[in-house]
Formats: sequence, C-alpha cells, structure tokens
Amino acid sequence: MANNLLTIFLVPEVSLSILAICSLMYGLFSKKNAFIKTTNFATLSLLIVAVLIYFDFNTTFASFDNYFLNNSFTKFFKILTAIGAAASLVISKNYFIDSKINKFEIPTLLLFSTLGMMLMISAKDLMIMYLAIELQSLSLYVVAAIKRNSLESAESGVKYFVLGALSSGILLYGFSLVYGFTGQTSFEGIYQSLSQIDKLPIGLVFGLVFVLVGLAFKVSAVPFHMWTPDVYEGAPTSITAFFAIVPKLAATALIFRFCLEPFGNFDFEWTQVIFFLSVASMFLGAVAAIAQKNLKRLLAYSSIGHVGYVLIALVAANDQGIKSASIYMFIYLLMNIAFFSILLSLKKADVFVEKIDDLNGLSKSNPLISLSIAIIMLSMAGIPPFMGFFGKLYVFIAAVESQLYLLAILGVLASVVSAFYYLRIIKGMYFDEASHTESFEFIITNHAKIILTVVMFIITFFIFYPSLLTNIVVGISLN
Amino acid sequence: MTDIPLLSLTIFLPLLGAVVILLIKEDKSSVDNIRKVALCTSIGVFLLSLLIWLQFDNSKAEYQFQEKIRWFSDFNFYYHIGIDGISLFMVILSTFLTSLCILASWESIKIRVKEYMLAFLFLETVMIGMFASVDILLFYIFFEAVLIPMYLIIGIWGGDRRIYASFKFFLYTLLGSVLMLIAIVVIYKLTNSMSIADLQGNYFSTNIQMYLWLAFFASFAVKIPMWPFHTWLPDAHVEAPTSGSVILAGVLLKMGGYGFIRFSLGMLPEASEFFAPLIMTLSIIAVVYTSLVAIAQTDIKKLIAYSSVAHMGLVTIGIFIVNSQGLEGAMIQMISHGVVSGALFLCVGVIYDRMHTREIKFYGGLVNRMPIYSTVFMIFMLGSVGLPGTSGFIGEFLIIVGSFKYSSIVVIGAASGIILSAVYMLYLYKRIIFGVINNEKLKDILDLNLREKIILIPLAIAVLLIGIFPNIFIEPMRLSLDLIISNYELVNGK
Repeated sequence: MANNLLTIFLVPEVSLSILAICSLMYGLFSKKNAFIKTTNFATLSLLIVAVLIYFDFNTTFASFDNYFLNNSFTKFFKILTAIGAAASLVISKNYFIDSKINKFEIPTLLLFSTLGMMLMISAKDLMIMYLAIELQSLSLYVVAAIKRNSLESAESGVKYFVLGALSSGILLYGFSLVYGFTGQTSFEGIYQSLSQIDKLPIGLVFGLVFVLVGLAFKVSAVPFHMWTPDVYEGAPTSITAFFAIVPKLAATALIFRFCLEPFGNFDFEWTQVIFFLSVASMFLGAVAAIAQKNLKRLLAYSSIGHVGYVLIALVAANDQGIKSASIYMFIYLLMNIAFFSILLSLKKADVFVEKIDDLNGLSKSNPLISLSIAIIMLSMAGIPPFMGFFGKLYVFIAAVESQLYLLAILGVLASVVSAFYYLRIIKGMYFDEASHTESFEFIITNHAKIILTVVMFIITFFIFYPSLLTNIVVGISLN
Repeated sequence: MTDIPLLSLTIFLPLLGAVVILLIKEDKSSVDNIRKVALCTSIGVFLLSLLIWLQFDNSKAEYQFQEKIRWFSDFNFYYHIGIDGISLFMVILSTFLTSLCILASWESIKIRVKEYMLAFLFLETVMIGMFASVDILLFYIFFEAVLIPMYLIIGIWGGDRRIYASFKFFLYTLLGSVLMLIAIVVIYKLTNSMSIADLQGNYFSTNIQMYLWLAFFASFAVKIPMWPFHTWLPDAHVEAPTSGSVILAGVLLKMGGYGFIRFSLGMLPEASEFFAPLIMTLSIIAVVYTSLVAIAQTDIKKLIAYSSVAHMGLVTIGIFIVNSQGLEGAMIQMISHGVVSGALFLCVGVIYDRMHTREIKFYGGLVNRMPIYSTVFMIFMLGSVGLPGTSGFIGEFLIIVGSFKYSSIVVIGAASGIILSAVYMLYLYKRIIFGVINNEKLKDILDLNLREKIILIPLAIAVLLIGIFPNIFIEPMRLSLDLIISNYELVNGK
C-alpha cells in the first residue's frame, strides 16, 4: 500500500489537480508578477502531466474501481489536451498582459478546466462523465467573462453559462432516462444490459438522443451551436484561443466514446442523429461563415464546420473512424494553435487585429506572416499539399469504408463552399491594398515564436513524412 | 537507367530554386538577380526534361524512370513516380513553357517580382509532379495544388476583374476535382492499391465504373474544359497576366485530357464505352458553338480562350473514339495546342505590353510597323488553323481520320470546327495585322525586341518541327497508347 500511496502522484489527473491547487496558492502568495509566475507554473505543470500520460506509470491503479478508462485512445487525446492547453497559455501570455487582464486566476482556472477535460476523456460512468463536464464548463464560464469591465466579455460569459446550463440539464435528463431503463450508470453495465435486447425501448431512445443533444452543445454541432460565434467573439482573444483549441478535443473524444462504448451495438439508432448533426454542421459552418466580418466569428463557424467533418468519422462507426478522428483532431489542434498565435500577436495601429478587413495589404509589410496565414487557411480549407487535406482524406476513407458515399459527397461539397471564405482572407492579404496607412506590428514572445515556427513547419511539410503521425495513430483503438 | 533519381530531380529542382529566391531580399538592385535565378532554374529543369527524353526507351510501353518509396505507414500510398509515352511530352511541354513564361514576364511584371517567381516555380514543380505521378493520391495532390499558385497569379498580377476571375477559377475547378477525391478513396477501398500502372485494366464492376467515371468526368470536364463547363476559362484567361494565360492554356487544360486518357480509358473502359456518345455530343457542341462565339469576340484574349475550348473539343473527340489514330491525334493536338495557344497569348502580350489594350478594334495595319511580329504571328495563327506543315494539321488530321471509324456525324462536327477555326483566326489576323494604320497611337509601335524574339522563335520552330516531323513525337507515345487501346478493345469485345 505504501507503494501505491506514492505512485498515486504519478496518475496524471491526480498530479494535475494537486498542481492546480499549488498554482492557486502560488498566485495568491506571490506579490509581484503573479500572473506571469502562475502562467509559467501552469504551462510547466501541463507539460509534466503530458509526460506522465505519455509514460503511463500505473494504468490499473488509475482505473479507480472501473470509473476511468485508460487506453491508447484516451492517452492520445489527453496528451493533445495537455499540450494544446500549454500551447494556448504560451501564445496568449502577451495578449493577457497587453489587454490588462493579467489575473493569476486565469491559468489556475484553465488548469482546472483541463483537469475536467481529461476526466471527460477517461470517464467510464455517467456520474463521472457529468461531474467532469461540469468541472470543465464551470471554469470556462468564469474565464469567458473574465474581462469584467467589458460588456461583450460579460455578455459572452452569461450566454455561455445559460446555454451551457441548459445543455447540462438536457444531458442530465438523458442520463436519468438511460439509468431508468438500464439500471446502470457505468458504460460497461449499460452495454451488458443492452446486449440482451435487440431493440432499444422508446424511453431509452429518448435518453440517448437527450445525451447526444447535450454533447452536441459541447462540441458545438449544428443546431446546438448558437453559443459558439457569440462566445468566440465576445471573449478576449486569448480565451477564444483556448476555447477553439482545447475543449473541442475532450468533447469529441467523449461523444465518440459514449456512442461507441455503451451503445456500440445500436449504431443504427445514433448514426441517424449524428449524420444529421454532421451534415448540418458542415453546411451551416460553410455558409454562415461567408457573411462574417470578424475573424473570431469566422473562426467559430469554421470550427463548427470542422466538427461536422469529425462527426463523419463517428457516423462511419468503425475502427478507421476512430483513427481518422484522432488524426483530424490533431491537425485541427495544430492549425488553430498556429492561427491564434498569429492573431494574438498581430497589431494594427496599436490594436489587435480582429476584422477580416484589418488584414488587407498585410502581404506587403509582413510577407512571412501573411504566407503563414495563407498556408493555414489553405490547410483549413483542405487544399493539398498542406496538412489539413490529410485530415479530410482520412475522414473520407473512414466514410467510404462504411459505404457512406452520400455523406462523403456532401462533405466534399461543403468543403468547396467553405474554401470561399478561407480564400477571402488570402484575397484580403494579397490582392487588396491596405485601407489605412497605419503599419502592422508583430509582437511575439520567443516561446510563442518557437511554437509558431514548429507548428507551421509541421503543417507545411507534413506531406513529406506523414508516417510521423500515422505511425502513432495506427495503434489507436477503443479496445 | 542511371542511379541518379532524374525524375525526382526534375520535379524538385524548381522548389530548390524557389528556396534560393526566398533567401534573396527583394529591393531595386536584387530584382534582376531574382529573375535570373528563376530563369536559370527553369532552363535547368527544361534541360533535365530533355535529358529524360534522350534516355527514354521508345520500345517500352510501361513506366520508365520509376521511383517508389513508401509514403504512408498505414495505407498503400507510395511516392511513386515514372514517365511513359503519354506523360513524357506533357512534362517537356510544362518545362518548356515555364522557362519561356519566366522570360516573357521579365519586364511586364514589375510589382512583387519575388512572389511572382516563387509562384511560378512552385507551379512548375506541381505540374511536372502531376504528370509524373504513378500513385493516384500523389496525382490528386498535385492536381489540386495547381490551384494555389494559379489563384495567386491571376489574383495579384491580373487585370481589372482579377478577383472575380481568380475566385471563379479556384472554386469552379475545386468543385470538379473534389468529387474525384471520393472516387479515388473508393478505388483504394475496392482494390487496396493506388498505382495507376496496376489498375490499368478492368477491375471494377460495370455499375461501380459508371459512378467512378462520372466523378472523374466532373473534374476533367471542368479542367479541359468541355462545354458547358467552360465558363471559367474566358474569365480566367482574360484577367490573368500573359504568362499566366500561357500556362493555363498550354499546360493546365491538358491535365483534363491527360486524366481522361489515364483514368477514364485506362481504368474504366466499360463506362468509357457507355458514355462515349455523351462525350461526342458535348464535344461537337463545343467545337461548333465556341467557334461561333469566338468569331463574335472583340477582345483578342477572349477569342483565343474560346478557340481553346473548341480545340479541346477536338481532343476529347480524339480520345473517346479510342483507336490509335484518334488517340495519337489527340495527344499531338494537345501538344500542338499547348505550343500554339501559348504562343498566341505571348503574341497578344507583346502588343498588350506596348499599348495596354486587347481590343481588336484598337489595332489594324500592324504589318506596316512590325513585319517580324506579323510573320511570327502568322505561323502561330496558321498552326491554330491547322495548315499542313504546322503542328495543328497533324493533330486535326489524325483525329478526323480516326473518327471516320467511329461515326461520320462526328467527322462532320469535327471538320466544321476546323473550318470555323480558319474563319475566326484569319478574320482576327486580318483585322489586327493587315490594312493601313488608322490609329494615331500605333504610329510609333516598335517591332519585336531581342528578348521577345528569343521567346517566340523557339515556339515557331516547335510548331514547324511537330508539323514536319511528327514521328519524333508519335514514336515514343505509340506503345503506351496501344496498351490502353488494346485493353479497351479487349474489355469491350471489339
């Protein structure tokens, strides 16, 4: 037992929760530069946790009486979550300080939120799942509204909270129905009790749909996406970066696991729902983004579109789908890190760039930055030879494997529509003249610069050595 | 075979040049260095491609200069490249026109020279890579990547409506090609292979072939372009800078014809047989209709753009009659059109650089001031019409001979297109070159300078060379084409 007591600290979630509390203390008791210190501490903690997850010291111990799952899939997503959170802290540090919201609570809250996400990814029981979702959401509600004196930020926080609470309510109702009809809360128990029947009772179908609706809120799939553009736009950009990069990973992992584990035998029930969510997200994400003028809103719709593509892999409901989704989310993470690290460093006339028109004429003064943005945009649009194309390719491979030709065709058609608004940004940078004479300023910390360089390098040159990623992903499965 | 990976070197040398240019800082004094590096690179690539031709073995039907490296660890996607008779001249055409284009934009491109040269060298890599791909996924990646530099070339250095034209070009061709992606994934899932060489034959059931054929048709019909999918072409041509138009007409349109031969005929013979009447109908409409439209044009570039659609109509006729005359004719017609229409666009560029207008009405009587220009222009004009002795004649003649075996209605359609091409080209020539100079502004127009001569004379030689010694070009491609034809005839029981 003594051995166990020591090794408990090697369980990533345990150490993360301890580190999060330490970070709170550290912030409270440091008199000067509390924000910078806690941010550095939080970044370091996340990296430590990523290493702990990677080396995976004590798997059986971590299952806590079968409440948590630990396998290649959860491991992959948890590492992505930790790294994504760390990266988003590093790239947004300057922005926080510059816009005077350098409160030490932010990194701490983000740590707690990350903890919630890791638990979400691993949850193997409805109760744990709910608690994890709430832990992650509550922290995020606060940070969305952290810029107290800004009306927009407060509005986005409240909006996020109200809609989030609504979705939690629906989710909980779904849970209660599932529990009522199966008498189980653990994923395995539900699976066992469902294996004796051929057809889901109508109440259980309702429960399943309610849970899916709740989860669709979290991944912001259409028609439960309404909060996304407003929150993205209203929250400070640095918080938006976190929203765009990290919580999507956890929510996606959870929706995959919830569909494929307890309800794995009833895929014909939930694939219809997910099919609709997927198509609606792809097309609404593509069409609604066309009219946007604000870059953050555009990014919100773009992320809705990306969710649609990941859900194609879920509809496929096969092993390839899980691998494809992992690849897609990895690529999505990199593209967002790259784009936000630029957005958080680019100033025009002493104000951070937020409108699409603000980028006009960027290619003349900052050729390298505009080339990077162009590559990210083409990659998001799924134009080869950049990395984003391969994410789409893998998703379509999974879809074709399950004979989902219609879904695949709808997917590529939506990608053509979405190409329009990605191209519009390139058009602004390269074809248009700058509307004002104010020059651009690109202020970036060294660490963020390293991240940006590495990520851009991967996005651009992935085509030359794709095995780097596929070798990892080949081993990923839910079993 | 040598140990040097000649083909990879040809593909990636332009990228190397691009990296060098990237390192040069652009200012007034170094602009010429940027141009020189780009020119040297492209000439080097052209010489390499000639070396490939020199070492090419005419007695082999299959791919030569093959290189195959594992690319993805979880799927059978390979970095697999090679050259056969069908792709050989496409590669040479790309390298030839790129070097001329870089030379042609020496003075006409004044802003953002560095980005321009980068885009052009990237474009060259992508074009060569596409024609040299044996792996279908690799082919697709290059096929779509072409859009990026072309979008920038039209959008940054184009005319007044460049933004509209660049978006239309990008989205239209993207819409066509994405369906091909699904078809490619389906092919992979059915056969577990991505090699063009392995899939030549008849590996798919008739039903699946139909769907796959339609998906490929969507992308190639937009690219080549066939009537009624051609509307992006006049816009893109008119707005693009001269060298952009040259590459667009000279090489990018050929990607469609090349795809039809490789994929539709080679892999989906049953469906090709089934859909051949559709292609014939659309092609005849294209030939007659766009020729008539060309007659009515007032913009020189637009006229040549419509004539391209008509000429490509002949190419699709030649491809889908599937006999050796037809296919060889289609290949020669593609090469010839690449040279001739490229040259015509360059000729338009010459007078556009001087007068900054492309209105036919503006000109007239140029022969009085520009005798050399008029002579060179005449060679290309006659090449486009298909006068015996020029490259156009060989292609058109072979296509007409081949289509007699198919149906005499097709012959009438194709032949009427040739007659109409004489109408619009000669009419154009008459209006621009002959007569007396009425326009005051044309009084001081200068004849070709040395740089322009260096650009146009090789093209004129190429037109005559193909016209007089067509066998040099037909011989290497014959066996590769025969392989496709014999497979096609075997499958369809002919």
